[in-house]
Amino acid sequence: MKSFLKIMLASALAVSANAKEIKLLNISYDPTRELYTEYNAAFAKYWKGKTGDEVTINQSHGGSGKQAQAVINGLEADVVTLALAYDIDAVSKQAHLLPADWQNRLPNNSTPYTSTIVFLVRKGNPKGIKDWDDVVKADVKVVAPNPKTSGGARWAYLAAYAYALDKNNHADAAAREFIKQLYKNVPVLDTGARGSTVTFAKNGIGDVLLAWENEAHLALKEFGTNDFEIITPSLSILAEPPVALVDKNAKRHHTTEVATEYLKYLYSDEGQEIAAKNYYRPRTEAIAQKYANNFTDLKLVTLESQFGSWANAQKTHFADGGVFDQIYQK
Amino acid sequence: MLPGFKLTLGFTVFYLGLIVLIPLAAVFLKTSSLTWNEFWQTVTMPTAIASYRITFGASLLAALVNAVFGLIVAWVLVRYEFFGKKIVDALVDLPFALPTAVAGITLASLYSSKGWLGQWLEPLGIKVANTQIGIFIALTFIGLPFIVRTVQPILEDLDPELEEAASSLGANRWQVFWRVIFPMLTPALLTGFALAFARALGEYGSVIFIAGGIPMKTQITPVVIMQELDMFEYGKATAIAVVMLVASFVLLLTINVLQWWTNRYNTNNLA
Repeated sequence: MKSFLKIMLASALAVSANAKEIKLLNISYDPTRELYTEYNAAFAKYWKGKTGDEVTINQSHGGSGKQAQAVINGLEADVVTLALAYDIDAVSKQAHLLPADWQNRLPNNSTPYTSTIVFLVRKGNPKGIKDWDDVVKADVKVVAPNPKTSGGARWAYLAAYAYALDKNNHADAAAREFIKQLYKNVPVLDTGARGSTVTFAKNGIGDVLLAWENEAHLALKEFGTNDFEIITPSLSILAEPPVALVDKNAKRHHTTEVATEYLKYLYSDEGQEIAAKNYYRPRTEAIAQKYANNFTDLKLVTLESQFGSWANAQKTHFADGGVFDQIYQK
Repeated sequence: MLPGFKLTLGFTVFYLGLIVLIPLAAVFLKTSSLTWNEFWQTVTMPTAIASYRITFGASLLAALVNAVFGLIVAWVLVRYEFFGKKIVDALVDLPFALPTAVAGITLASLYSSKGWLGQWLEPLGIKVANTQIGIFIALTFIGLPFIVRTVQPILEDLDPELEEAASSLGANRWQVFWRVIFPMLTPALLTGFALAFARALGEYGSVIFIAGGIPMKTQITPVVIMQELDMFEYGKATAIAVVMLVASFVLLLTINVLQWWTNRYNTNNLA
């Protein structure tokens, strides 16, 4: 027995001398749950093959703004993978955990995959919704989350606004009128994207749900293609959910190297393929071609081209007294 | 004075300070990061003002309704024996025990146009889910145990001889209730009312799923605070919280004074 223990101890020591056990914490937003479950397993395998070290990645999901707040308030995330750059900017600005120019550190604005906003409608599309113009018709009920509390909702708002700008030769007044019509059609503003999906799919409210493209596909998987179908509008926003290393936390955990590689590997063929399989639009052209069936072609415009920057969009549209508030105040 | 007064008072002050005052002080401190002008602009935003009206109105109404029906429930539970009484008694605590989000989702699906109750109410033109009625129903649901559980022990201690004496002196049943029983229950009822009201003011989980969250119409103050937090406007969030705190404190203090006054009135009258 004693010798057995000795062997056990010796082998345990031997293992720890060669291979390290590393833990990473990835703080993410709601709809990426399935994506990162799959990606984490793939990365752990890749890292083990490369270095021999075991890496365990813990993931946490919630509303993007709330997740950012948790990190600001001391949740020890090594990496953040959130719905919009504005939330990671806040982590940098409020808690100084990463430099202000974090978004330049990885390719494509630090967004290895993109998404967009599409419509989920009831089977057979009884209201004949084809594009944004149908969504603002008086007899259509729209379900969307509150842009002040949900990252996905902000993208949805900006997608509709970008469409209205495009249609009206960039006349701001017309776009404001359009967005007003749209939100007049919304009977329920849930605080998050998942809440809106439940309101639409389970509680049977509304004719159309403004949803993340990947969330819409997930809803089809979950609730069945017998009840719902996806409609892709002619124009939408190129939603860029960025990823970033939380420098100070990673440094303290001695995980800077592995955490950096964790984010870089998202751009590899394997990472891109996992993103595409989970209905996130990959950046790599070859992978995008391979999974072309998962995505409908549409005109995608960037936030920068239409609204300048997140700080700008936030100030004009979502801050107190902004365009969104004005919709509800006469 | 009881022995150990200094020790227990010291403990009380320390405990209240740790659990209640320090977090409250933090709220005020955070608010002070705003200038007076910013503070005033934040707390008087049209969406904020509308939310105070909705939150305080629905909470008050829910607590009032609970005061009436909770009293009846407590009365039935104390005064009558019937089959399944233990189960009914346990059911009263359910709103306490149920996670509020679960309660909210359940209520929302019950009252939606496809739900068990909603499908019958909708043809009658009564919309509950995503209206102010929905907010009121959720707040009534979570407030019920407060009234029942504060009134129940007082009712149990009530000496039936007092009622018998009143009857033998010629009082009818209404008079016995209004002149004898009700005054003795008033302090407990006020306590229960205050608890239910205070709880409803801060309620979030059970309300958001059924409220609809439309600014100016069905948005409660806790959601307005949440909006500010989600935009990383901590100062503004706490500013609105301060308004809620001060208003609630004044209301609760008023109720306490009222209760103290009725208590004294009763003791004087009975003595």
